[in-house]
Amino acid sequence: MSKAKIKWDFWSTITVIIMAIFALFLVYPLFSLFVSGFQDPQTGEFTFANFAKFFEKKYYYQSMLNSFKVTVSVTILSILIGAPIAYFMTCYKIKGKGLIEVLVIISMLSPPFIGAYSWILLGGRSGVLTKFFSNLLGIQMPSVYGFGGILLVFTLKLYPFIYLYVSGALKKIDVSLSEAAESLGCSSVKKVVTIIIPLILPTVLAGALLVFMNALADFGTPMLIGEGFSVMPVIIYSEFISEVGGQANFAAAMAGIMVLITAILFIAQKYVVNKKSFTMSSLRPIQPKEAKGVGGFLMHAFIYSAVFLSIIPQLTVIYTSFLKTKGSMFTSGFSLKSYQTVFKNAGRAIVNSYLYGIIAIIIIILLGMFIAYISTRRKNILTNTIDSITMFPYIIPGSVLGITLLLAFNERPLLLSGTATILIIAFVIRRLPYTLRSSAAILYQISPSMEEASISLGYSPVRTFFKVTAVMMLPGVLAGAILSWITVINELSASIILYTGNTRTMSVAIYTEVIRASYGTAAALSTILTVTTVISLLIFFKLSGSKDVHI
Amino acid sequence: MSVSISAEDIVKKYGDITVIPHLSIQIKNGEFFTLLGPSGCGKTTLLRMIAGFNSIEGGCIRFGEQIINEIPAHKRNIGMVFQSYAIFPHLTVRQNVEYGLKLRKFNKQEMKEKVDQILKIVKIEEYQDRLPERLSGGQQQRVALARAIVIHPSVLLMDEPLSNLDAKLRVEMRGAIRDVQKEVGITTVYVTHDQEEALAISDRIAVMKEGVIEQVGTPHKIYTRPANVFVATFIGHSNLFKGVLTTTDEGTFVTFKNGYKIQMSNLIEHTRDKVNVTIAVRPEEFAIAKQGITATIKNKTFLGKYVNYELDFAEEMLVSGQPSIEYSQDIGHAEKTYEVGEKITLIPNKDKINIFTDEGTESLMKDVRTYE
Repeated sequence: MSKAKIKWDFWSTITVIIMAIFALFLVYPLFSLFVSGFQDPQTGEFTFANFAKFFEKKYYYQSMLNSFKVTVSVTILSILIGAPIAYFMTCYKIKGKGLIEVLVIISMLSPPFIGAYSWILLGGRSGVLTKFFSNLLGIQMPSVYGFGGILLVFTLKLYPFIYLYVSGALKKIDVSLSEAAESLGCSSVKKVVTIIIPLILPTVLAGALLVFMNALADFGTPMLIGEGFSVMPVIIYSEFISEVGGQANFAAAMAGIMVLITAILFIAQKYVVNKKSFTMSSLRPIQPKEAKGVGGFLMHAFIYSAVFLSIIPQLTVIYTSFLKTKGSMFTSGFSLKSYQTVFKNAGRAIVNSYLYGIIAIIIIILLGMFIAYISTRRKNILTNTIDSITMFPYIIPGSVLGITLLLAFNERPLLLSGTATILIIAFVIRRLPYTLRSSAAILYQISPSMEEASISLGYSPVRTFFKVTAVMMLPGVLAGAILSWITVINELSASIILYTGNTRTMSVAIYTEVIRASYGTAAALSTILTVTTVISLLIFFKLSGSKDVHI
Repeated sequence: MSVSISAEDIVKKYGDITVIPHLSIQIKNGEFFTLLGPSGCGKTTLLRMIAGFNSIEGGCIRFGEQIINEIPAHKRNIGMVFQSYAIFPHLTVRQNVEYGLKLRKFNKQEMKEKVDQILKIVKIEEYQDRLPERLSGGQQQRVALARAIVIHPSVLLMDEPLSNLDAKLRVEMRGAIRDVQKEVGITTVYVTHDQEEALAISDRIAVMKEGVIEQVGTPHKIYTRPANVFVATFIGHSNLFKGVLTTTDEGTFVTFKNGYKIQMSNLIEHTRDKVNVTIAVRPEEFAIAKQGITATIKNKTFLGKYVNYELDFAEEMLVSGQPSIEYSQDIGHAEKTYEVGEKITLIPNKDKINIFTDEGTESLMKDVRTYE
């Protein structure tokens, strides 16, 4: 009497609801975006013309080449900076290690457009450094706009990824490996080349692909500092904005090309991570040695200058936010005027940022816990599908997601464009993965027998989830939720496309203020955002009990 | 109220793989019943079917008269103790024990009394306000037991509850579990792979292998009269010799391959003449003699109460594939001990040894039943 009946329970209902949410807000919009990429703007017939247009006109395909030029350079530079810092920090006693770690993570999690904006303040046409050098020393600074500027901002923001990845890998190397090499007569340089580098190479590659994807997808930085040097996200954005009202087929086609590129990179990254086959468990991790002599001095100099450079944007915005302003110029003396202006003119944006952020986080926490639960404890085809769909946000650049949602929900009965709802949806979709992954990670550590114990004592599976599983998951969920929160309030790429006057957020306000050259108010807003980020990060460190951030 | 458990013809499948093919078992009300077997034998699977965490693909399980196949785990009124204890780390000892009671609508006073009482029985009163992370393994084990028992479950299910404890604590805790079980008088199903533990703690034991029950009986019966060679070698040590069974006018004899002959009086009747058999002799069933079977001492271990010798016999005497042939010499009655390399002649105790069919699947002893 074998029977294969599916028992309908609470989790089946949750699975179906979540599936429906993703189908409506992610799969359907993406699908319709790709379909419209293949449609003729006038007739709506199937055509490859949109793609052909992209590869025919230099103006368009040049942006792709530019994108690659920037991202490849950024990736190489990030490795050259991030990997040595990780090595020095692991193998030598570096003074101020704890602070350096925190600063590196702050510079990684701060929005890149704030970096772009402060480098304009410093090295732009009327920047502090530019004036200083030309007036006093008569030296003409190289322009901070264009390729060089993008490279600078991206590298300083993205080398921390490499640093975190490589540090993680180095911590897993047992010191006996290194000692074995020495006992066989390897010099310390040869040891690094023949043992350490091969061991961390897969990790470096995985980190590099992550840097590459981030640099490729970012919109704010090249928009602000790129000027004539246009890259793909910027072109997509401007094509889309100029086409609004008409058909957005061409922008859709470009978005499709972009998603294809990021998807390939993402799969490559997953492949490399899975192939990261040296499963090392270090019984005796590498003990840091004293950093002595010239070498020690150079190490410190290298680390301090890299970290200082990457934290400059935060220092700059905080400092300039307290300066007196006159129009777009800073004058001498300090005042709180910028803050007064901000609270008067952009108060709504601040409220929006926090309000939408909190709503999004609540949804993210609920969805994250539920999805983590069904995909680890209720494995079936449907939950596996959901698990795969939640990976989508990794391959969809923010601006593409913005366009996708706007196109899909621009008409009745699902008219959401211009509402706060659509922004919140974008936040949830883009930033869910952080919470989801940390929830799933902690769930793997909770023995299923905990739940069985509760059930054996008479609690139904649903009550067990809320009384036992959810409570025990909470630390992991919250740690992930803080990362989601930080990235939600700093979100620009999708918001810039989805906002309207009433639903403007802080990051959008900063962007528009910078475009308008109201540097004082932009600085004040950026300071509020940065302080929120730093406080949230400190809570994260406290909660997770370590400085390991996994992006 | 405690109940009896009966499984009738139950089947467990994972996909196309059948883990338990048609198993039946009766567990009496108030009994301490142990499922014993090597890992992968299906004992935990069976326990989890009784608990309701595994589905049942065929047959039925009853608590008393009631068929429970379709009753979800949380409505079966079971108490379960897990191998990992599964103590809720976010609740104190007392809160852990109260957890199940809270559902059962007792007033505050009643609940307090019940918890106090059980904490006393399992001897963890003094730790009641601690969080579990500050308890030792043995203390966590007591909490798990208290939490399972306090709800007065119909049956108590224990899944290798002592396997994470050290040897000394294991002995102490198995005594504690046994005492608590008798005190509250609850039907208990206990899973273990440790035969010594099973022998010490159980009213009855079911020895399992590959999803099949090999023998059910009291610890004493299973040890002295195993139903087949698997049980004989899994529970305790048995030395297996090749032998021949002959029936003459004078009686029934088993003959070892070297010609040594023993008259047997407790074999089942109607056995054919001249059949090959397997003779199982436990290490303590040998005695030194002038005539008998001769071996060389390969190794000697002094263990205080007795000396354990590892023996070398002529290869044709033995059933092949045995890890070792052993003889335990009782120091209390030994005239002399022997050294490695010495020859030694032994006779088995004919009242104690077991005779099995050649392939070892069936016992030829008179009073052996597979299921009792």
